[in-house]
Amino acid sequence: MSLTTAHSVVAPSATSKLVAGTIIVAYALISIVPLLWIFATSFKTPPDSIAYPPKIVFQPSLEGYCNLFSTRTRQTPEYINSLGPATGLCDETVRKRNMVIAGPSNFMPRFVNSLIIAFGSTFCAVFLGTLSAYGFSRFKVPLADDLLFFILSTRMMPPIAVAIPIYLMYRELGLSDTALGMILLYTAVNVSLAVWLLKGFIDEIPREYEEAAMIDGYTRLQAFWRTVLPQATTGIAATAIFCLIFAWNEYAFAALLTSGTAQTAPPFIPTIIGEGGQDWPAVAAGTTIFLVPILVFTILLRKQLLRGITFGAVRK
Amino acid sequence: MAEIRVEHLRKAFGDFVAVQDSNFVVEDGEFFVMLGPSGCGKTTTLRMIAGLELPTGGKILLGGEDVTMRRARERDIAFVFQLFALYPHMNVRKNIGFPLLAQGMPGAEIRQRVEETAKLLRIDHLLNKSVSGLAGGDRQRVALGRAIVRRPKCFLMDEPLGTLDTEFRDLMVHELRELHNRIHATTVYVTHDQMEAMSMADKIAVMNHGVIEQFGSPREIYDRPATMFVADFIGSPPMNFLGFGGGLSKGAREIVVQGAKVAVPEVREDIAPADMALGIRPEHIRFDDASKLRGAVYGTEYLGTTQIVAVETADGIIKARVPAEIRLNAGDHVGLALSSARLSLFEKGSGRAVRTAIHDEASQARAQHG
Repeated sequence: MSLTTAHSVVAPSATSKLVAGTIIVAYALISIVPLLWIFATSFKTPPDSIAYPPKIVFQPSLEGYCNLFSTRTRQTPEYINSLGPATGLCDETVRKRNMVIAGPSNFMPRFVNSLIIAFGSTFCAVFLGTLSAYGFSRFKVPLADDLLFFILSTRMMPPIAVAIPIYLMYRELGLSDTALGMILLYTAVNVSLAVWLLKGFIDEIPREYEEAAMIDGYTRLQAFWRTVLPQATTGIAATAIFCLIFAWNEYAFAALLTSGTAQTAPPFIPTIIGEGGQDWPAVAAGTTIFLVPILVFTILLRKQLLRGITFGAVRK
Repeated sequence: MAEIRVEHLRKAFGDFVAVQDSNFVVEDGEFFVMLGPSGCGKTTTLRMIAGLELPTGGKILLGGEDVTMRRARERDIAFVFQLFALYPHMNVRKNIGFPLLAQGMPGAEIRQRVEETAKLLRIDHLLNKSVSGLAGGDRQRVALGRAIVRRPKCFLMDEPLGTLDTEFRDLMVHELRELHNRIHATTVYVTHDQMEAMSMADKIAVMNHGVIEQFGSPREIYDRPATMFVADFIGSPPMNFLGFGGGLSKGAREIVVQGAKVAVPEVREDIAPADMALGIRPEHIRFDDASKLRGAVYGTEYLGTTQIVAVETADGIIKARVPAEIRLNAGDHVGLALSSARLSLFEKGSGRAVRTAIHDEASQARAQHG
């Protein structure tokens, strides 16, 4: 009889620990350097950002952030001098470049669009995913395997392959450049991932919990709500992060289908470059702010994320 | 509390018949055990009584009401699962109170009922603990608490002691029976463990391949097995079988096994010539050099007060339970004397027991009790 154990029975040797550690540290460095570079650039002045050789040590400035959130017009020094004292840090910074703030930029609305579309589609995908995963897990669904494969197969094709049909469909349906259209699209892409991930998690929850609740006087929906859902939170959280990361980072469809009111941050940020020279600090500032929500979300749910990644690899 | 009546119950999963034509009545307040090997249909029967599976055919009546097609929550029963199914996200108090919450009972009353129940099960000190930190026996008590708190019509238990350590299991067998004696709840208990069944049950149904092989008191099942399967399944070691040929006629009192004449309880029916088997429990065999039924000692198993001696006969190994003092060596030739009054006779083909005088005693005893 062979014993199957999930964990390695032999403790890893010092050498293998060293090798593994080196690889992990090297990989972490390679991954983190671009992020650090962007973070540093966001605090540089435009001249510092294009200085050669690149400046590692520099005088930090909020100019990038000021430029990100505002639109500016160039004025003569006389006009600027004729104005009253600067009303804030940004005003002061901008005036040094012979410019005045004309108004807010589009970054905030685009960022809010990203939040609405990413969280909205994540909610829809996880909601639909949880219900259908529960159905597939607990009921005899006719052709369940084929249906599950069909759901999975929607994920096999690169979504951009259907960009043109979707573009045409959306134009006909009036969904182009609407938050609803983007939420529907990202939900459709994410729901397959959600169903498959959540089915795995729900399969792991013994049916006895719902059966006990149903015998004790609850309906199936109540039993699901009170016994299955609380135990599936780990899986739901992990699934939500994966869905959110996809929807948050998605660029191609956003660039294709949104241009104005519903434009998300990813297609917007590159457009900052064009406004008044190559404003790398503003682009870097936009990217840095763009990273914050996903960073916060991931740190808050890191345990569930780890569980989601290692799901199936470790037996309880 | 209520009586459970099962009529012609049948369940098929596709081509596989899990339960076929089950009929039994669990009387009000009775502790009924369904016993059988895994896959025999006992759990499926239990789940049909609970309403977790719908039968393919037949009827289930609870307290005279036909509940065959009712939902689980409309049946007013409680179920204790093998894995207890305690909700990990609730503490002990909330777990026990969960069924009452479904009825919309006011909080103060739930509190009182939960505390009464916890006291009954001696777990009142654990009420505010998380269920995940509990020991096996305490988890079992919480699961029982959740079942009895609602005072349902009957309790259904699916191998509730299956996952416990031996130590806890013996304790819980005792506690369960004691609890039953106090609250007299109609109970259906499923197990594959004959010791649990024998020590707790008022009535046992032995099941195999979806069929109830025998329904009766532990004593009836042990002393007068209705089929060779029951004889073989119950007892440790199980009943020995010695083959013999020829028919039997009404009134016969003797058969010939391996050339030796063996007295048997008076046969009450005529049996056409066929392959037959004589069944004898290990403890009903003595060593007697005068006996013509002979064999050689194959091995012994010392158990303290008794020993199990395996004897190789012309018809295979026979196990006898004899006092531990008897000294025997492998290869010793011994004669086997069988306690005639305790023999069973079976038709090998069908496995059915032949009616003999031991069955009249049973009906007499039943008549006296009735």
